[in-house]
Amino acid sequence: MKKILALVLALCMVFALAACGSSSSSSSSSAPAAAAKTKIGMVTDVGGVNDKSFNQTSWEGLQALAAEDSSFEVNYLESKTDADYQTNINTFIDEGYDLVICVGYMLADATREAAEANPEQKFAIIDDSSIDLPNVACLMFAQEQASYLVGLVAGSVTESKTVGYVQGMVSDAMNLFGIGYITGVLEACPDATVLQYNANSFGDSAGGSTAAKDMITKGADVIYHAAGGTGMGVIEACNEEGIWAIGVDTDQSILAPDHVITSAMKRVDVASQDISKAVKDGTFAAGVHMYDLSNGGVDLAPTRDHIPADVLETVEAAKAAIIAGEKSVPTSTADCPAFTLG
Amino acid sequence: MTKKKSFLDFVSENRFIHILLSILLGFLVGAIFLAIMGLSVGEAYGRLISSVTSLKGFSYVVVYAIPYIVVGLSVAFSFKTGVFNIGAEGQFVVGSMAAAVVGILAGNLPKPLLIPLCFLAAMAAGAIWGVIVGFLKTRWGINEVLSMIMFNWIAFYLSNFIAGIPAIHSDGTAEATKNISSNASTLLSKDLINRLGLAPTANWGILVAVVMTLLVWFIIEKTTLGYELKAVGYNKFAAEYGGIHVNRSILTALAISGALAGLGGALQLMGMGSRISVFSSQEGFGFAGIVVALIGCSNPFGVFIAGIFYGALMYGGSKLNLVGAPTQLINVIVGTVVFFIAISVIFENLKYLKKKAKAPVKPAAPAAEKEGEQK
Repeated sequence: MKKILALVLALCMVFALAACGSSSSSSSSSAPAAAAKTKIGMVTDVGGVNDKSFNQTSWEGLQALAAEDSSFEVNYLESKTDADYQTNINTFIDEGYDLVICVGYMLADATREAAEANPEQKFAIIDDSSIDLPNVACLMFAQEQASYLVGLVAGSVTESKTVGYVQGMVSDAMNLFGIGYITGVLEACPDATVLQYNANSFGDSAGGSTAAKDMITKGADVIYHAAGGTGMGVIEACNEEGIWAIGVDTDQSILAPDHVITSAMKRVDVASQDISKAVKDGTFAAGVHMYDLSNGGVDLAPTRDHIPADVLETVEAAKAAIIAGEKSVPTSTADCPAFTLG
Repeated sequence: MTKKKSFLDFVSENRFIHILLSILLGFLVGAIFLAIMGLSVGEAYGRLISSVTSLKGFSYVVVYAIPYIVVGLSVAFSFKTGVFNIGAEGQFVVGSMAAAVVGILAGNLPKPLLIPLCFLAAMAAGAIWGVIVGFLKTRWGINEVLSMIMFNWIAFYLSNFIAGIPAIHSDGTAEATKNISSNASTLLSKDLINRLGLAPTANWGILVAVVMTLLVWFIIEKTTLGYELKAVGYNKFAAEYGGIHVNRSILTALAISGALAGLGGALQLMGMGSRISVFSSQEGFGFAGIVVALIGCSNPFGVFIAGIFYGALMYGGSKLNLVGAPTQLINVIVGTVVFFIAISVIFENLKYLKKKAKAPVKPAAPAAEKEGEQK
């Protein structure tokens, strides 16, 4: 009898705690929801929201947006496996979100499927232009332009006339990084050698480190990566060996402040904010939205302290020329024979 | 004093109550963390409950639970037979990859032929993965825990390698395999899903999980094989003395356990994923299986319920972000539950120590106490 009493008491205690929690909270939470808010949901790829790359950048962009304009309600769902994409997208649809932002081309198939099944729901996908539906906005970045600029930097600062490049995967979209970079390097230093490596993974930091060390042995003194998590290993190796690394997507100088000379920035945050504002203002447009140098969608990172002043001048001049339309960066492997990965 | 002791007695003698209490404690600790973070306990737990109790929500839970149940059975089976199958992760991965390869390359076969073929391929792959480790153990005495952890990584990279082969790799930009043929899919028809308002990934894999639950129970409780395997699990020297081939039993146990984990991989692939991405980290189904087996007390029916519970936590937990609570809360809850289940040994030892402490001084004490308790 006593033991049952004790058990009942213990259970009561647990439930009482849960219950008092609920009574105090439900009143406070339901009040602000009444105002009409623009609800923006973001689905990450398996990298998660703290990937120090585009998932994180776009979430930070959305958070900043919600902080400055309280009529936005932003949320994210993390995908742990490939199979979670569809579930997460559907969660936002079921919750009545106004816009679902899918981060990364890994979500392309799931996004297309959901967009076809829910023609009234607005979607945006980052880094994929393969979906041609009236309710999907494709946010694309002229990665070759930013890569070209960092290529100019690399070609200018190299002393050994050997630079390295690590790519996460071979695909048309990824190749743009390499094509832009190599074009830039060769323009600044026509007789430079560009060591190229395809890591075939965005998550293999150890592999990135090995590849970078191999390049350093072969004389590289600047290495650029377009390889997500694999690139973390590249930067680490450059930091250890004391050569320059060039970051990608975000300002990666925080990873190795003394050895990341600059980064090719992709303003995923700006793109996410723009499309969210467009949904709120009713100006949402499907199709490809191109972010390039002219609208600030790609650029050199703000951290430029390590770049010599004259090099920076060259870079700024090249940037102005591209914006003015006087110069274009090649986008196909045929225009850049030195690129060997594609 | 007597109240506390009798409560301990009660809990340690009743596995079901003990598990239930551990789960409640898990939620209690989760609530404390929520309170520390200044979040509303009611809102978070309310969200957790509301998202799994609708028909659509519950169908999601079942879909999530399928691999957890089957992998849980795999680990539970190994527990019963005295080996610790920490390699379910790797067996799951090779199983799902084997099913994917069959589902892609033999995609033209008719459904009634292709689906069993995928299942068989997955079970064979998982069983082989388990038997290799068993062989290392029985032949050279290599600790199965160590080799299994390493085999998990071999499976991981093998899967990534196979996913990169042109015949298997996606034609599009996705870093994944092709989608398996629709003939290999266990999804319910779109019609039925829409009419009933189920999750878009609702599939009949749960029936396989039910059959496997019954089958595992039958093997363990009703067959000579199960009796032998259990005997080895309790005490392999006694079993050997009793005329049981211990090495053969270990190999059989690992083969069956591996086949179950592999089947779990196939069910996940054919019902939910329909393709395998190039992994950047372990997906953790095998480790989830260990948790499920622990919560289910390694009893097949317990594992089934625990699998549903775990699926509910995983699906409901993925929505916690929507109310501002971190999804990692689920890990806190699960971790606490496992912790309290695992320390059951302490409950039992406490009881044992108390009895032992009293026994030599006053031999009559236990009897007297029992009398007191009956009143």
